[in-house]
Amino acid sequence: MSMSKLGLMALWTATTFTLAISGNAQDLGQVVSESDLAKWDISIGPDGVGLPAGSGSAAEGETVWLEQCSACHGEKGKGGPAGDLVGGIGTLTRPDHVKTVGSFWPYSTTLYDYVRRAMPYYAPGSLADDEVYAVVAYLLSQNEIISDSAVMDATSLPEVEMPNADGFISYWPSPETEN
Amino acid sequence: MTSTKSLPLGSEERAAGNGLISRRWLLRTGLPAVGALGLSSEMSRAEELRVPDWSSTPGLDLTSYGQPSPFENEVVRPTLPLFPEGIGDGSGVSFTPLEKLAGTITPNGLFFERHHSGIPEIAPEEHRLAIHGLVERPLVFTVEALLRYPMVTRTCFIECAGNSLFNSMDEPQQRTAGEIHGLIGNAEWTGVSLAHLLNEAGVSPSAKWLVAEGGDAAKMSRSIPIEKVIDGDAFIALYQNGERIRPEQGYPMRLVLPGWQGSMNVKWLRRIKVVSAPVHTKDETSKYTLLQKDGKSRQFTYEMGVKSVITSPSPGREPGAQGLYQISGLAWSGAGRVTKVEVSADGGSSWAEALIPDQTPARALTRFQLPWVWQGQSATLMSRATDETGAVQPTREAWYEPYAPNQLFHQNAIQAWAVSSSGGISNVYV
Ligand code: HEC
Repeated sequence: MSMSKLGLMALWTATTFTLAISGNAQDLGQVVSESDLAKWDISIGPDGVGLPAGSGSAAEGETVWLEQCSACHGEKGKGGPAGDLVGGIGTLTRPDHVKTVGSFWPYSTTLYDYVRRAMPYYAPGSLADDEVYAVVAYLLSQNEIISDSAVMDATSLPEVEMPNADGFISYWPSPETEN
Repeated sequence: MTSTKSLPLGSEERAAGNGLISRRWLLRTGLPAVGALGLSSEMSRAEELRVPDWSSTPGLDLTSYGQPSPFENEVVRPTLPLFPEGIGDGSGVSFTPLEKLAGTITPNGLFFERHHSGIPEIAPEEHRLAIHGLVERPLVFTVEALLRYPMVTRTCFIECAGNSLFNSMDEPQQRTAGEIHGLIGNAEWTGVSLAHLLNEAGVSPSAKWLVAEGGDAAKMSRSIPIEKVIDGDAFIALYQNGERIRPEQGYPMRLVLPGWQGSMNVKWLRRIKVVSAPVHTKDETSKYTLLQKDGKSRQFTYEMGVKSVITSPSPGREPGAQGLYQISGLAWSGAGRVTKVEVSADGGSSWAEALIPDQTPARALTRFQLPWVWQGQSATLMSRATDETGAVQPTREAWYEPYAPNQLFHQNAIQAWAVSSSGGISNVYV
C-alpha cells in the first residue's frame, strides 16, 4: 500500500471518529416522554408532588385493610406477623419505644408512596389509586392522626401533620445542629 | 536461611500483652522460630507418603462453569429470613461467611444478600434504565446500550447498614464472625459512570438529589445527594469480579455508591429521577435511621463507619494445639483508607499494631494480621481500626451512648472474642 493511501485512510478514520464523538460522548440513551414513563414514575415527595388523582376515606379503607392487609399487619394494624403500623405515639423517648407509621414516620406522603409501590406484599401495584388513599386514610385514622371521616386525596394528604414530623436530624452533608 | 532460633524473645518481639508478637516479625524474617518464642521446639513426625488414586488415573472432564471443591461445601452463606413463612418470603438476609474466607475479595456466590421482596428474574433484553425528572431530555437505556459506554473498574465494599446488628442486642449472641458481621462483601465492580449518563440527559441547575429505584417487587427506592454522583464516585455496575452481576446482586445492573449504606446501592436499578429535595422514602425514614435517647432520630447517615473484625481465631476457627497462630481479620471504612489496625489479646489493656499493606485501598476491605502465641491461656481478642480521617472504631459502650435501645444500624463497635483455656471462643461484650 502506498504512503499516500495510508495517509488517506488515517484521515478517513480520524474524521469518522471525530464525527462519532462530537456532541455528547456516546448518546446511546433513547429519548422518552414523561407520559411514557408514567407507570414507572411512582415517587412521591413530602410536598405531595407525584400523588395521583383520586381519594379515599378511612371507612372505605377498612374494607381494603381487612381484605388485603390485616392477615400480616393485624386486625387493626397491631399484633400481626409483619409488624405494627399503628400505636406507639409519644413513646420515642422511652427505652420501650414503639416505632410505627403513627409514632415514627415524619411524612404521610411516604405511606402512599410505599403502599402503592410495595404492598400488599404478594401483589404490589394491585390496588387502585382510590384504594391506596383509602387504606392510607384508615392507617392514619387508626393512629388517631386524622378523623374517621376525613377524605385523603392529593391535596389533603400532604397537609396531614405527622406526630414525629420534627423528629429527624439530617446528617447530610454534616449533622444538623439540634435545637 | 537466617536462624531466628537464636533470637531472644525480647520486648521488641512481644508487642503487647497475652502473647501478641510484633508485626515486625512478619516484615523481617517471616515467622519467629518456636524456640525464640519459648515454645517447645520438639517437631512432630509425618507418616510415609503414598500415591493416592487421583494421581494414578485421569480426572474428571472439563467443566463449563467451575464450582468449589465438594470438600468445601460448608463454605456457604448462612441465610436468615426476616418473617415467618408466607408473610414476607424473600425478605431477609444471607451472610458472607467471613471466617471461612481469606484475602479481601468476596467470591460472587458468597457475597451477602439483603432483599426486601426476593430476587427478580430479570430478562436483560426487557430491562430498561430510565433517567428523568429535572433533566433536559428524559432518557431510557437498554442494557446493550450501557455495555457500549467507557467502563470504570473499582474495588469497594458494600455493607448493609444493618450489619453487626446482633451486637446491638442486650446479650452477646453466640454466632460466627460472618453471622454477626457478614452483611458486607468486597468486589471489583465494573460499569458506567452515572455522572456520564446524567450529562447525556442534561441535568437542570435546580437538581440537588436523585431518587434511585429498583425493578424488584419492593421497588427499593432511596434519595441520593447529587454530590455523590457529579464529581463523586457513583457508578452503575454491570460486572462483579469480572462476570456479569449475579441475580441476587442486582442483575443486570446495580448502583454502586462506594462507602455508603448498602441499601442505597440499589439493585436491579431501573430508574433515576433527578429532583430538588429528598423524597423521604420508607427506607430513609422508617428504616435505616437511628433513634437517639432524646427521641430524635438521625437521618441520611450515609457513610459506613470505620470498623474491623478478627475472623481468625473466631467461633468456628478455634485454635487447636498450643503454639503460634496468626490473628487475621478485615478492616474497612466508608470514609476512605484504613490507616491503622490495632489488636489486643487482653481485652483492651494493651494493644499492638497489626500488619496491613503499605497502600490500603479506599472504601475497600483491608486484611490485617499479627502473630499470636497461645499457650492455653484465656484471652480476649479485639481489633480496633483507624481511618484516614482519624476516626477510630468505638467501643460498644461509646457507640451506644447517643442511641435508644435496639438501634440496629451503623453498628461499628469493637468486636471482642473470648478464648477460653480449652480454646473455645465466644462473643463477649467488654
Ligand atoms: C403477606 C403479608 C403482607 C400483606 C398482606 C401486607 N403486608 Fe405490608 N409488609 C409485609 C412485610 C413482609 C413488610 C416488610 C417488607 C420489607 O422487608 O421491607 C411490610 C411492610 C409494610 C409497611 C412498612 C412498615 C414499616 O414500619 O416500615 C407498611 C406501611 C405496610 N407494609 C403496609 C401494608 C398495607 C397497607 C397492606 C395492605 C394493602 C399490606 N401492608 C399488606 C407483609 C405484608
